[in-house]
Amino acid sequence: MYAHPFSYHRAKSLAEASKLLRQLGEESRVLAGGQSLIPLMKMRLARPSALVDINFVPGLSDIQSHNGELRFGALAHHTDIEMSEAAAAIPILQDCAAGIADVQVRNQGTIGGSLAEADPSGDWGATLLTLETSLRCAGSQGERSVKLEDFITDAYTTVLAHDELVREIIVKKPPKNSGGAYLAFKRSAPVYATASAAVQLTLDGKDACKDVRIVLGCVGLTAIRAKQAEAELRGKKIDEKAIQRAAEAAREAAEPQSDMRGAADYKRALVAALVKRALGMAVRRARGESVEAGHEYVGR
Amino acid sequence: MSGVEKIAVRVRVNGEPREALVEPRTLLVEFLRDDLNLTGTHIGCDTTYCGACTVLLNGRTVKSCTLFAPMADGGEITTVEGLSSNGALHPVQQAFAECHGLQCGFCTPGLLLSTVHLLNKNARPTDKQIRKAIAGNTCRCTGYQNILKAIRMAAGEMGKR
Repeated sequence: MYAHPFSYHRAKSLAEASKLLRQLGEESRVLAGGQSLIPLMKMRLARPSALVDINFVPGLSDIQSHNGELRFGALAHHTDIEMSEAAAAIPILQDCAAGIADVQVRNQGTIGGSLAEADPSGDWGATLLTLETSLRCAGSQGERSVKLEDFITDAYTTVLAHDELVREIIVKKPPKNSGGAYLAFKRSAPVYATASAAVQLTLDGKDACKDVRIVLGCVGLTAIRAKQAEAELRGKKIDEKAIQRAAEAAREAAEPQSDMRGAADYKRALVAALVKRALGMAVRRARGESVEAGHEYVGR
Repeated sequence: MSGVEKIAVRVRVNGEPREALVEPRTLLVEFLRDDLNLTGTHIGCDTTYCGACTVLLNGRTVKSCTLFAPMADGGEITTVEGLSSNGALHPVQQAFAECHGLQCGFCTPGLLLSTVHLLNKNARPTDKQIRKAIAGNTCRCTGYQNILKAIRMAAGEMGKR
């Protein structure tokens, strides 16, 4: 399939990319890994007049860990993150990175592209909303930091100006006695998930919840922070009843649409089950256990 | 034609320097098949699902239907044509042949390259790791069992060398 014709421009720096976007006008788009944009262009759901390719900008895929922060260059591939020691220290990042689509897509897709695309079914948005995450963005007005919760405003919509690009994603390492899990349920590896749940919590003692964040993916226009579900746990003992109440609250918080991946009621039931399971895994990990988690599909 | 300026794409494919002038929207798989006449790489679903178009780009598998050719400029590409040497099949190809890891063969070029990529990273994969490594390659004939056998055999053979 052929995309609609476009002119191709290769940027050597983010400043040049920003300038090119400004010159080329509103119909131009940034090209990062291309794993969402290229399929959209082939299906003619996107018809940019020009692409600004940032893949040749040096130094944009570094992953660094210092001062209690992880810094991911915008072009860090999902595979790079999956393999990184930095991410291995925070299991929820590992869960997310290691299960996005399939090997080939993980080798080419980027964390910055995923967040800037703001697909409601994207994996990184839900995962990173459970952590203190901010994005360093560069544009004609200089650089600014935007908290992830302020960055994605609607389906496929972010606060980025037309000539502004993500440079880096900064994730604060969680405190001691923390654990998390990201579970996404999908029909097969390459497809988007039907529903997903991201949980990150900090324990107080053996089984009391000091703090928790619960985020639902694929069941709304953006990833949804299930605040009532969190309130069912924060400051309380995490037992079966509390987990059940949190799962019920998550079911209420979901705003799914019926589509080819499932009916709305099915997705609500699924997301509640995923939250329940992710909470159990997060608690075990917070206690220091090694637990395998991640994306699930038939046949895996 | 579109009137959009064509651009030069220079790559090394299977060790040989190759180049062509293409429209920017040319997909990497079309560049390989139509401009370089390397038709071993197949176009299956053309929607980033099936993995028939899988090639190695700078040592990593990618779906060549989901890259514009200019993105690969300066890169090192391995296609199925580059696996055998001096007329001898690559151990992964040999194992697929011996284990009947194919029927119609359409998905095979992609599966071979996904297997090479897996075994380069992990010489002794578990069955679970094998399944995860080929999750982006769809086969509609075999039911995968003989593909798993072939990959196990290839890992064993390559381990001996």
